[in-house]
Amino acid sequence: MTVPARRGASDVHEATCKAYLDRFATMRAELPGAGLPWLDAWRARAIERFAEHGFPGPRLEEWRFTNLSKLAETVFEPFPSAANGISREDLGGYRLEDGSDHLLVFVNGRLRPDLSSPGAPGDGITVTGLSRALEDDAEAVEESLIGAGDLTGEERAGAERAGEERSASLGQLNAAFMVDGAVIRVAANAQPERPVHLIFLAHPNKEPAGMHLRNIIHAGEGAKLTVIESYAGLADGPYWTNAVTHVTAEKGAAIQHFKFQAEGAGAFHIAVTDVDLHQDASYTNFVMSLGGILARNEIRARYTGEGVHCALKGVSLARGRQHVDTTTSVDHLMASGVTDETYKGIVDDRARSVFRGKIRVAPGAQKTNAYQLNQNLLLSDRAQADSKPELEIFADDVKCGHGSTVGDIDAEALFYLRARGLEERDARTLLIEAFLGQLIDDIEIAPVRAMARKAFTGWLAGLGG
Amino acid sequence: MAVTSETLETVRSVTGGEYKYGFVTDIESDFAPRGLNEDIVRFISAKKEEPDWLLQWRLKAYRSWTKLDYEEPKWSKVRYPPIDFQDAYYYAAPKDTKDGPKSLDEVDPELLRTYEKLGIPLREQEVLAGVAVDAVFDSISVATTYKEKLAELGIIFCPFSEAVKEHPELVRKYLGSVVPYSDNFYATLNSAVFSDGSFVYIPPGVRCPMELSTYFRINAANTGQFERTLIIADRDSYVSYLEGCTAPMRDENQLHAAVVELVAHDNAEIRYATVQNWYPGDKDGKGGIYNFVTKRGACRGRNSKISWTQIETGSAITWKYPSVILQGDNSIGEFYSVAVTNNYQQADTGTKMIHIGKNTRSTIISKGISAGHGQNTYRGLVRIMPKAKGARNYTQCDSLLIGDSCGGHTVPYIEVKNPTARVEHEATVSKISDDQLFYCRQRGLGLEDAVSVIVNGFCKEVFQKLPMEFAVEAQKLLDVSLEGSVG
Repeated sequence: MTVPARRGASDVHEATCKAYLDRFATMRAELPGAGLPWLDAWRARAIERFAEHGFPGPRLEEWRFTNLSKLAETVFEPFPSAANGISREDLGGYRLEDGSDHLLVFVNGRLRPDLSSPGAPGDGITVTGLSRALEDDAEAVEESLIGAGDLTGEERAGAERAGEERSASLGQLNAAFMVDGAVIRVAANAQPERPVHLIFLAHPNKEPAGMHLRNIIHAGEGAKLTVIESYAGLADGPYWTNAVTHVTAEKGAAIQHFKFQAEGAGAFHIAVTDVDLHQDASYTNFVMSLGGILARNEIRARYTGEGVHCALKGVSLARGRQHVDTTTSVDHLMASGVTDETYKGIVDDRARSVFRGKIRVAPGAQKTNAYQLNQNLLLSDRAQADSKPELEIFADDVKCGHGSTVGDIDAEALFYLRARGLEERDARTLLIEAFLGQLIDDIEIAPVRAMARKAFTGWLAGLGG
Repeated sequence: MAVTSETLETVRSVTGGEYKYGFVTDIESDFAPRGLNEDIVRFISAKKEEPDWLLQWRLKAYRSWTKLDYEEPKWSKVRYPPIDFQDAYYYAAPKDTKDGPKSLDEVDPELLRTYEKLGIPLREQEVLAGVAVDAVFDSISVATTYKEKLAELGIIFCPFSEAVKEHPELVRKYLGSVVPYSDNFYATLNSAVFSDGSFVYIPPGVRCPMELSTYFRINAANTGQFERTLIIADRDSYVSYLEGCTAPMRDENQLHAAVVELVAHDNAEIRYATVQNWYPGDKDGKGGIYNFVTKRGACRGRNSKISWTQIETGSAITWKYPSVILQGDNSIGEFYSVAVTNNYQQADTGTKMIHIGKNTRSTIISKGISAGHGQNTYRGLVRIMPKAKGARNYTQCDSLLIGDSCGGHTVPYIEVKNPTARVEHEATVSKISDDQLFYCRQRGLGLEDAVSVIVNGFCKEVFQKLPMEFAVEAQKLLDVSLEGSVG
């Protein structure tokens, strides 16, 4: 056996992995919560798994359309803790219009209390940072992280599980390095009026830096909660946002969850939202993705009680060489669940949009009603869209379906508008707006809707002729 | 490799071409010994008196099958105990066919009786249906009809092994040009040990006047079947090909790994219809055929068209994806499928449409029916390459579930690299609605009849694509397959 002496991609990845392992060894004692036996063990286990699996490659079905080699080539050192001169005035553009929110601001992955206004506990809601929560109430954090069936916490068997674990190895890296994030808890039957707004700002330098965020969102029985996440980059340098969010809605709870991803031009944004929905819970998730060079937004939802209502919506706006991946996996474990998924992508220049959606209906999950829709609009010759909606149904009394379309702007519609005197550019913009306007109009909360509308309009203004 | 072929050459020159086998297995034996190695590949090739280039091709395939750490594909949803490829026979010939029968009268009456039992009116078909039948019994063709009539038009329709002898230039040109020998695990295995199959060549400008048809039967115990079919439609030609299968009761699982290659040149059209009704195993999932098939067509020419229609009701496991590579501008690919799984049957089937040429169009209609503990997966790929301007695809896959222990799955891949393409995909999964059932029952239909009516309606779009006599057969098959699934 002669192996050509060349430095292959996998060697590079291995070197990167090794750098992370070394880094972990040097900083493990300083990480938040160090010294808590369960957390130390949990982190150690996570880094072990990461060492074993490395970066997920394109041969993994889960990552078939999204190549991470650029991410795996680079060592993203943890952001230095010294945060720089950002003042409240700088936040203006990212705030909700009316400013009536519980606000947490993170800069370079760390909570900045001076910029935040979480509000006094009351109203049944507590909003705090993860580092702080580990000091104040580590037990509750433990329960949320480990009880939530996190991949690093639960022993899983079988080849399928092993594959799942491999594809989730970035989540393990997150577990090892996580420093901060938001912890939001709403007591049973509490219905706080004001939404919670989380702003994650990155101020990268020339050196590639990374932040591993971990958020916990927990709504008690019958509680109601609105959460908005905003991600933004203040410069174009290379950085990596690696976020894991745990969401739990107890019996009858209702959560509306929005996310605006407008990372800097050099950013990698990898986010996993793990959602546990109990009986009669309702959950709405809306993601607008327009930033970063490579973004992946993954949602994994499990229905562990009957009668769950879940709406997953999203908009991917990609141009230049952006790559936007939306991956969802919905597991109907119990009967009478309703899933309504709609994801739309507009792809320009040499960008690529990816949708992977899986709906699984377990044996016995009768009366399930699930629908997935993915639509893509390609605006340029080099734009690309990949779509893989997937149904896995093991119960018979169900109504499941999916639809997927890819195409460019309808020539006839364009002609219709031109014939009525609209400029080509205006006509196109109008049609593009119409393509996903409905998704934005459907947002119930006015200031959030305004925020989405503003972001979309801003994006449209940047369209080439 | 060089040494082997040199040795063979030397041996051949010394013995004046008589001694081609180079090893000790008795050439008169009807079975190759159990197991698979290079000698078996040579034995099969020698037994069929193949030219050296074909033997080399088989060996290349065999070597890549063994070398590449080849593993059976694991990505599909089908589950079965590991197959011991060394525990099967790779060559079996029917008895008493040494010189090959010249007409039906010369066929072993035993065989004809078996056909009768299976209900294939071979004689009747000659008269009634206008169907030329090239019946494959196990591995060697034993009867070929209507050959002369076809020959008048210049159409070649013969067993594969005969084509290798009579038309080596055509076989050599097209063999492996659509499904390369290294394509996938089963196709590679087939390339190494393929037994026989059909070869069709339609010359330019000829419209084949009858439906060409082959019935494959599996009859010798423990024999893997490795058919190889190659159909070439030259410029401006047309051919419709039917393939149907049944197999007698059997206990042990049998492996079946066929390869079908279709080539359509400018303005040519190939229609390929399959009714597959191999033994599906018994009520408890014991026995049944493993059907791992690679089928692919290439629309090489402008305005060419390839249409696959399949009715899959048999086999314990079906793993097949009849595909079309749409190379020529304006070419068309179609896939119409009904797949039924009952009891413990598993099917993972679908298609691939690769759009390369401009204005290429494809249509996919897939109907999956699961009953009992059956698992039915549609898995399909639609890929629009950057140069496929104006490409168009429409996909519709529906699954019908009967009973609460079965599964219906849909796994489509859609990859679009050209903005002028329009791709639409739609899928539904549901059970037979109570309203429909009630309506039928109220009008006096029994439960099974009601289900049959509804299921047939569900599959109508696909049945319409079948030639008439096949459509009738298909409906009956569906009823038989779903027997005992309700009530």
